[in-house]
Amino acid sequence: MREVSVKDIIASVKELCIEANYQLGEDVEQVLEEGYKKEESPTSKETLSQILENVQISRQGEFPLCQDTGFAVVFVDMGDQVFVKDGNLFEAINEGVRQGYKEGYLRKSILGDPIQRKNTGDNTPAVIHLNIVKGDKLKIIVAPKGGGSENMSEVKMMKPADGVEGVKEFVIDMVRRSGSNPCPPIIVGVGIGGTFEKCAEIAKRALLRIVGSQNPNPFYANLEKELFEKINNLGIGPQGFGGRVTALAVHIETFPCHIASFPAAVNIQCHAARHKEAVI
Amino acid sequence: MPEPKRITTPLTDQAVEGLKIGDNVLISGGIYTARDAAHKRMVEMLDRGEKLPFDLKGQLIYYVGPSPARPGKVVGSAGPTTSGRMNKYAPRILQAGSKGMIGKGEMGPSVAEALKKYKGVYFAAVGGAAALIAKSITANELVAWEELGAEAIRKLTVKDFPAIVVQDCYGGNLYVEGVKKYQRA
Repeated sequence: MREVSVKDIIASVKELCIEANYQLGEDVEQVLEEGYKKEESPTSKETLSQILENVQISRQGEFPLCQDTGFAVVFVDMGDQVFVKDGNLFEAINEGVRQGYKEGYLRKSILGDPIQRKNTGDNTPAVIHLNIVKGDKLKIIVAPKGGGSENMSEVKMMKPADGVEGVKEFVIDMVRRSGSNPCPPIIVGVGIGGTFEKCAEIAKRALLRIVGSQNPNPFYANLEKELFEKINNLGIGPQGFGGRVTALAVHIETFPCHIASFPAAVNIQCHAARHKEAVI
Repeated sequence: MPEPKRITTPLTDQAVEGLKIGDNVLISGGIYTARDAAHKRMVEMLDRGEKLPFDLKGQLIYYVGPSPARPGKVVGSAGPTTSGRMNKYAPRILQAGSKGMIGKGEMGPSVAEALKKYKGVYFAAVGGAAALIAKSITANELVAWEELGAEAIRKLTVKDFPAIVVQDCYGGNLYVEGVKKYQRA
């Protein structure tokens, strides 16, 4: 067994929260630049130019990309040879979030109770997805998720008879109904299969892929391409102002499913597609 | 893109009449922040016939909940929040003399009607361009209801705040017309 101290986990999560909120991934920046070149609407071109300028200002480390610095969603791949010492893994992650949101001057957006709606004051708790993998490393991904795009997400328990056409219709309708709300241009995470909750989880995991990368299965890679074109033909455009760049990418992830089931999920991500990872 | 139009608050009817959907504008002067909780209080006060903590006449309301300011900065990142949540309140605020609002996303039919009736204009700021917008904010003072935290009413002084006219006083709606223009079968 390899020992990993919670001190290192806290320090790592803290840094990742700050880095994710100030340093947009180069893959996202690159597709935004391509979008700027492609966009036909002058208003939307101006919008993309403001978004790109914002990326540069934020990178200097004084102002986060967006004032909505998100719910801290944390994915952990923990090697089966790792032993966490000096404390508890989940408590360490929450402590890292607490420190990162304070020291990074990030907005605290989490309410302790959904009905009473009182702010926890430190942006905890994090939403944590833990996976056990082979090895002696601990991989941590912090993906702060804003409320605007998260609100435009849905799981649908379709009928097996709905088939691939049903999935296409669901995804396109979801993006159309979302319109300007999720702050387009967006990345569309699609989960197909699994159970109700697994489907939503893989839709979210799809957002962690390098933007514009293809599903390794050619069938799904083609489906991604077809959905990408159809979504951009909706004309929603950056911020919903009308234009040719509505989606920066469509990412599909799948999971085996029950003979009676056919779940699909759409998780929309705004252009501030933030996630950073570290391996301890 | 044509040169942006420069406007200064408070706005007159005439200034509002000169703005049409798709116009790229730079706003200077004072703007007032308010979101859900502050709107609820303002509308309740207006309905009771009470005087608001600031004069709405000609003013713009900015739907925003900034991130914390670093020491030496007047504000943190300060991009718009979703305006649709204020659909219920915005017509009453326009009726009371405000000339419009800044936010993101389409506002409802009752707001479109109120923009026509009271001569108002709805601007969108670019959602997620929060660091860029923060650079245009030169002062930030508390006006009322500090206990609401990020939702308190503040007066922001802005210089060349970038925005786009999305719903105008003629019933124009960029969210509808823009999409129509760029959709393909």
